[in-house]
Amino acid sequence: MERRAFYQNPVLPWLLLAPQLLLVLVFFYWPTSQALFWAFTLEQPWGGGNTWAGFNNFLYIFGDTRYWATVARSAFYAIAVSAISMCLALTLAMFVDRALKGTRMFQSVFVWPYAIAAPAAGVAFRFIFAPEAGLIGAVNEMWPGIWNPATNGFHALGMVIVCHAWLGIGYNFIFFLAALQMLPKSLSEAGAMDGARPYRRMLDIQLPLIAPTVFFLLIMNLISSFTDSFGLIDVMTEGGPINATEVMVYKLYVDGFKGLDYSGAAAQSIVLMLLVIALTFVQFRWVEKRVHYN
Amino acid sequence: MTRTKLLSAATTIAALALATAPAMAQTKFEFWYGLSGDLSERIQEMCGTFNASQADYEIVCVSQDNYEANLQNTIAAFRANKQPTVTQISDGGTLDLMLSGAYIPVRQLMEENGYDIKWDDYFSGIASYYSTSAGELLSMPFNSSTAMFYYNADALKAVGFEGAPQTWEQVEKIARDLKAAGYDCPVAFDPTGTWQWFEQFSAAHNQPIASNGNGFGGLDAVVEFNQGKFVDQLTWIKKMYDEGLFVAKSKAIGETANDAFVNAKCQMSSSSIADHGTFGKQAIEGMHWDVTMLPLWEGTERTNTLVGGASLWTLKGSTAEQYKGAAAFYAFLATPKQAEWWSTVTGYIPVTNTGFKAMTDKGFYSAAPYKGRELAIQSLTATPPTEYTRGVRLGNFGAIRLEVANAMQEVLFNNVPVQQALDAAAERSNAVLRKFEATYPGQALP
Repeated sequence: MERRAFYQNPVLPWLLLAPQLLLVLVFFYWPTSQALFWAFTLEQPWGGGNTWAGFNNFLYIFGDTRYWATVARSAFYAIAVSAISMCLALTLAMFVDRALKGTRMFQSVFVWPYAIAAPAAGVAFRFIFAPEAGLIGAVNEMWPGIWNPATNGFHALGMVIVCHAWLGIGYNFIFFLAALQMLPKSLSEAGAMDGARPYRRMLDIQLPLIAPTVFFLLIMNLISSFTDSFGLIDVMTEGGPINATEVMVYKLYVDGFKGLDYSGAAAQSIVLMLLVIALTFVQFRWVEKRVHYN
Repeated sequence: MTRTKLLSAATTIAALALATAPAMAQTKFEFWYGLSGDLSERIQEMCGTFNASQADYEIVCVSQDNYEANLQNTIAAFRANKQPTVTQISDGGTLDLMLSGAYIPVRQLMEENGYDIKWDDYFSGIASYYSTSAGELLSMPFNSSTAMFYYNADALKAVGFEGAPQTWEQVEKIARDLKAAGYDCPVAFDPTGTWQWFEQFSAAHNQPIASNGNGFGGLDAVVEFNQGKFVDQLTWIKKMYDEGLFVAKSKAIGETANDAFVNAKCQMSSSSIADHGTFGKQAIEGMHWDVTMLPLWEGTERTNTLVGGASLWTLKGSTAEQYKGAAAFYAFLATPKQAEWWSTVTGYIPVTNTGFKAMTDKGFYSAAPYKGRELAIQSLTATPPTEYTRGVRLGNFGAIRLEVANAMQEVLFNNVPVQQALDAAAERSNAVLRKFEATYPGQALP
């Protein structure tokens, strides 16, 4: 039977909610409404006036081939980061779950990267991947000029993706490990008695059973790679070379703050927000309902 | 990055505030600037001198690292009503300020606070950059420079070239000889250095950067850098780059062109005259280097180059006392002693005729280590300013510089045809200009 609590005083629930509402209002609704207003006007950088622009800002970005290149790059970035990060985390979690030697230690060690702030990791990786002085510099000594993220856009994009994926491994690992440890051992053991090797058991038993976690993480990873890539890119490449690492969130920053085009940036941020809302919607409405096996 | 900058700026302010807490009677005001490294230290020194020279005002000088970040942070601060009293805005950001309505014209400020400045003493090229069309200075000319060409005299001598390279043909020949003699990097080329490689090249060859006299004629100007000699110049740079005669050097690549030059890794480079002082300090032991005006193509006449650097803008929103302090600070900067010190420790040129004359008369320019700096003035005053060499007055010019820098890199690194890259950059730059025009509808240039 369902039990419900009632408040006699109609004001009290609002008072209890107030701190949270205030936070959301100040840090989300207010900036969002401001961005929405700017997106439909031409805002002067120094303030002091704006003119109504209708949908012009949106038409401009949608008619801009460079914007679409940025969208495609963001999609590739999100998929690559999520795939690499989740596959590695899942592999690690599988091994830790099998209670091999040193499991307890690895359990905590694998989480560490998650605790590192993105800019700090960016600095470290920039050093590792520096073409002349970095650790990777050795390959340039063998084959001169083979690695140079400062001039080669693909190298730069790959470098940022690897760093972002590495940062996400810890987070994914915890969820995967928790999900795996929730599974009844009897299922795996039954499989083993029927002669299934660990790899087969993983594919046919464990993976389908943790599908809800996989989908949850997929959405979280996609959202994170759309929004959290900013710190990394700013530290590692500043969007360069020649915009090769400019993803949607970074282009928004460059156009708005470096290019002083507040309105164009506001329009882009609205598009990005709608995208994240859509992903969240997919997660709540579709994924959470469908992917269940019990 | 901007956030950490702001944070460090905030901590600096807090630290300074704590350190100077007892001096309560003083009026304190802030000055934000966009220089870093050695030049930033000189500014701090200058602020210290000002504070020590009088007891009424205390200036707090905060570095924002570079011009771009300073403009962005100033705007952000202005919108939040936390702006400094004085901010340093680079040449290219002038129009962004002019239309902002966020400043007090320097002439008005000085008159209101009882200072009598001889405004016509400022070099005409400098004054016209920062003045209204009627000739009223809006901001205080501060650090003024122009682009120069630096060369390692030892290396050039080693391949049999005496004196300074005057033409790009000579630069090409020297670069080839250097390469043949085993020098890895004949010329350091900063692919983001649009100021010296694009704007100043255009000025020296009297090429338009934009129509309407580089924008001075009105907000409806369109860029024209994809039609003139700059197309040939970039084609030539690409050829030199492919042959390994120009080597790309920038912060992203791991070593700036300036560092490569002072470490004698690269033998020629183009940079601001402002770096003359820094080079003198940083050049490795025993290295002989010198400076000359930007080379020209054979058969072309030199026109004056553009004033680079920055000027000081007084922002609205401070108290009357703080404005008094700002005016006192400007007056302090204009004193002959201070102007000479500034030109000595940096490489920035004196901004007034009398200042330059006084220094010349003292023999400042006739001996090392300051010899050569007079060439900057010679470059700036080579001819009276033409339609295309009095400056650049384009809205959001920072974004246009970024487009040109991208085009240069696309040509160099991705083998995009020069004309195609510049046409694309021009199209995008024009979109920037149209948007700027639409953001300030019906406004005329002051």
